[in-house]
Amino acid sequence: MGDITAPDLSLAALAPLLFVFGAACVGVLVEAFGPRGNRQPVQLAVALVGTLGGLVSVLLLAGRGEVTAGGALAVDGAALFLQAVIAGLGALSILLFAERALDPARSAFVTSAAVPVGSPRDREQAMSPRVQTEVYPLATFAIGGMMLFAASNDLLIMFVALEVLSLPLYLISGMARRRRLLSQEAAVKYFLLGAFASGFFLYGLALVYGATGSIRLSDVRAYAAVGGADVLLVLGLALLVVGLMFKASVAPFHTWTPDVYQGAPTPVTAFMAACTKVAAFAAVLRLLYVAFGTSEWTWRPLVYGIAIVSMVVGAVLGLTQTDLKRMLAYSSIAHAGFLLVGVIALGAGSDGGGSGLSSTMFYLLAYGLTTLGAFAVLTLVRDGDGEATHLSQWAGLAQRSPLTAAIMGIFLLALAGIPLTSGFTGKFAVFRAAIEDGAWPLVLVAVLASAVAAFFYVRVIVLMYFSAPAEEGPTVGVPGLPTTIALAVTVTATLVLGVAPGPVLDLAQRAAIFVG
Amino acid sequence: MAEAAPAEGLAAAAWLLIALPMAGAAVLLLAGRRADRWGHLLGCATVLAAFLLGVLITVDVAGLPERSAAVELFTFIATGSLDVRAGLLVDPLSLAFVLLITGVGSLIHVYSVGYMAHDPGRRRFFGYLNLFVAAMLLLVLGDSFVALYVGWEGVGLASYLLIAFWYRRPAAATAAKKAFIMNRVGDVGLALAIFVMFAQLGTTSFEGVFGSVEALAGGTLTALGLLLLLGACGKSGQFPLQSWLPDAMEGPTPVSALIHAATMVTAGVYLIARAAPIYDQTPTARAAVLAVGALTLMIGAIAGCAYDDIKKVLAWSTVSQIGYMFLAVGLGPVGYAAGLAHLLTHGFFKAGLFLGAGSVMHAMGDQVDMRRFGGLARKVPITFVTFGLGYLALIGFPFLSGYFTKDAIIEAALDRGDTWGLVLGGVAILGAGLTAFYMTRLMLLTFAGKARWTDDQHPHESPPVMTVPMILLAVGSVGAGFVLVSVAPLADWLEPVFGEPAEPEHVIAPALVAAVVTAVAAAGVVAAWLFVGRREVPLTAPARVSPVTRAARNALYADTVNESLFMRPGQWLTRALVWVDNRGVDGAVNGLAAAFGGSSSRLGRAQTGFVRTYALGMLGGAVVVAGALLAVTAG
Repeated sequence: MGDITAPDLSLAALAPLLFVFGAACVGVLVEAFGPRGNRQPVQLAVALVGTLGGLVSVLLLAGRGEVTAGGALAVDGAALFLQAVIAGLGALSILLFAERALDPARSAFVTSAAVPVGSPRDREQAMSPRVQTEVYPLATFAIGGMMLFAASNDLLIMFVALEVLSLPLYLISGMARRRRLLSQEAAVKYFLLGAFASGFFLYGLALVYGATGSIRLSDVRAYAAVGGADVLLVLGLALLVVGLMFKASVAPFHTWTPDVYQGAPTPVTAFMAACTKVAAFAAVLRLLYVAFGTSEWTWRPLVYGIAIVSMVVGAVLGLTQTDLKRMLAYSSIAHAGFLLVGVIALGAGSDGGGSGLSSTMFYLLAYGLTTLGAFAVLTLVRDGDGEATHLSQWAGLAQRSPLTAAIMGIFLLALAGIPLTSGFTGKFAVFRAAIEDGAWPLVLVAVLASAVAAFFYVRVIVLMYFSAPAEEGPTVGVPGLPTTIALAVTVTATLVLGVAPGPVLDLAQRAAIFVG
Repeated sequence: MAEAAPAEGLAAAAWLLIALPMAGAAVLLLAGRRADRWGHLLGCATVLAAFLLGVLITVDVAGLPERSAAVELFTFIATGSLDVRAGLLVDPLSLAFVLLITGVGSLIHVYSVGYMAHDPGRRRFFGYLNLFVAAMLLLVLGDSFVALYVGWEGVGLASYLLIAFWYRRPAAATAAKKAFIMNRVGDVGLALAIFVMFAQLGTTSFEGVFGSVEALAGGTLTALGLLLLLGACGKSGQFPLQSWLPDAMEGPTPVSALIHAATMVTAGVYLIARAAPIYDQTPTARAAVLAVGALTLMIGAIAGCAYDDIKKVLAWSTVSQIGYMFLAVGLGPVGYAAGLAHLLTHGFFKAGLFLGAGSVMHAMGDQVDMRRFGGLARKVPITFVTFGLGYLALIGFPFLSGYFTKDAIIEAALDRGDTWGLVLGGVAILGAGLTAFYMTRLMLLTFAGKARWTDDQHPHESPPVMTVPMILLAVGSVGAGFVLVSVAPLADWLEPVFGEPAEPEHVIAPALVAAVVTAVAAAGVVAAWLFVGRREVPLTAPARVSPVTRAARNALYADTVNESLFMRPGQWLTRALVWVDNRGVDGAVNGLAAAFGGSSSRLGRAQTGFVRTYALGMLGGAVVVAGALLAVTAG
């Protein structure tokens, strides 16, 4: 070992991360010292400044490609694109957190999550006008962790980022104001299984270090290029993949997804479905492409198989769901499979094509926006017991609120991949990249799976438009400004990316660069 | 196929053809109740304007040397190697469809003003109808398979919305779902064909694909042809996906006339005709088209003999007639023009028949059971005459439309000269006899004999807004065949698309063929008179009937086959997967727990949601992943 030298730090390249983490720290201080009365607007402002500031600074960095912080971080096209997506989706999620007009209790979050359910204090706090504000810094930390995840060029940093993004999520999934037991159960499940998955990741990291003597992705790549098939290295890769696939809710590591998506407060579900998915795939892409890009034929059959399992499980099990949140959870599992179809096509990147990477990034953006919007619509339809997520309660919604039904219809069509929506463009790009790479049997399965999945999306549309409304059905709330903004942005993006996706596809193409 | 020059003049405005009805649909569907009073007029006006524009463009393009023009619209995706442009192709084939869609479409729009006059959802109805016209025009005008696919999905959506228009009737909702699912099966075929084109050729434009067809391997071409055929079968209600079309009659009758008789269901014929350069290279796929056509024309004709619902008989007749068109385009270059001519004349007379059926239903208070009709000829004289002309045209009465175009198909089949030609020609002639039988039966049950009405029915003739379109379509039914075969031959007009019409070498003299077909049809008419016309018609269908009749009443058990082949296994698969997810994995855990001395109290409980189950699942997955990777590396 030589002398310890201070690592080079390019502050400019780190600006997005500093912005977001800084805002999160400020949020903690506000929580500790700020006056209780107007904490909510202050926290909202801090979180929005943090995420939007992060977004702007990412945009200012566009075109950069460097490795910094002693080689631990890679600030390259792919990282910046995905960081921008995470920051943008994160800001929209925070808007959903801030919605106060829908729930009579003025927030989707419980004031003190630690109070036992059903106790006198619980009834007391159900009456109290106070709102939970700790969720803002927690979510901001998670967003920061996700952005770090996307840029990590080092397995250890990747692990730290994984934990930074996961821990706040475990907490805020348990903070639902209504159906608190379900929410707490979800949080505990998510935590236990998340810890289990982190264990896999960490063990994989150790094995890779054991095999290569380095945790730097580029070193692993160099070792794999010459070393070839080392049992330790291959086992390490397997365990790392398992850890990441858990976060990306890819079957067979999806088991937590339906329960947690259903139990968590809906704005948090939206946040997880959109941002966590992007972050997890950012790490998957970086790991498979940068560290194991030369041993493509080792992981390719595996990812092939996992993609098929995930698409089939998501599409088929989605058919039998009667709860909309669970249905969207299975949809998320199926979409993870579709994303892996794009990951497969990374192999096409060597001869300058790179269409697998760019189409996967585009798909992440399109899917994130759509799913976030779909969950946002779920927060609008309510009955006396909170959100009405049972399928039967949505019957005839179009007659109660044509606008809500139309917006939900657009999101569902996009999730189904119908032309002129972003979902079609994304699927089209991903499938095409895979076909170019010769993976047409996989695309065949993917097309069949999306045909099956289309059935359950369209079933909701049919229910909304062609069924008689139920007696004493749910009401459709009028959202306040934050949710309105989030819905407007997501609907517009879903349509624009479907009709004129050219510029964004172009951008993704240009950003499809990994350094490191 | 001739390369189309960039459009100049009027042809450059071809995008307006699509934009007009699309704008109409947007206004009607978004304006809400404010548009209730004038919405239907706007709906008619946009389609009528599109028709006039279509006529002008046709005249304009007819003067060009190649009779075709390409219209560049916009670039959908152009990044790296991915390049999808949207454009229109105005050529004789697409123009023939444009005129049919907007012409018949205008008449049906006008008719609907009267037919839907008392329906509270009339504005919504016209909105959907306009949406359909726009999507259908995109389908036929698009210059690539992707544009065609967008239109294809659009007409599917509009058809779905319109079948379920009276969505409060459970039958309508079920029928819509059935149509949707069967169409999805076909759509997957089309989508896969497009992906194959992308993978093999890197383009989906007609020009690009047809230009490089010869570079493709034979197997790929056959696969392409079969996948396209699957798509065509779904949309056109051909075997094995035929059973949605009769159920689709739950929609309002003008919809049945426009979408499920004259235009949308013929999209499959368009697709196969458009993809002629592909089929020219692959005899296998072409033989499959022939087989599908011949089989379906018989299935449709047999089922048509047994139904008592006037619209379902007409629907099965549509299935059967489209079978004729498939047979024609499956014959190759000798059949394209004949098939398309039959498609156009069928558009006239079948639309006229449906509008007539709608007029009868209008008169009889929405009754569709023909056993409750009878003796209507004098009560609704205009409907009777127009319907009768459509009927004569359909059964091939000499010198009316069907006589020319159906005979041309039968002749083309016989002209193959081999055994298959004789078989196909024979099937087509037999089908003509059955057609005459079931249509005569329909006429006799509806218009002749004694009145078998229920007490509350007081038949009356429809208002002029409905009868005028029927009269115009009847004129078309009478004259279109003669015009398309002799005055302005369609084969010559289509020459830039399909090449010069070959001089037919007749194996059997056309006059003889015509005589035989007419004789067989006459036999069908006489048989119908013997079985139906001279007897008392029972008010309910007799229960004790021969197995043949029972099979025909059940549409040759197509639904049963579909259910047992696809639906049940699908349901079973879903249930099995759910069971594995809920119980199988859980059960294994419980079994392990019991074996290790743990509690077995939970054995048999069908509860999921236990973290340990999930963790075991993940562990299992991880072991499989690690094992697979090691196996791959070792192997």
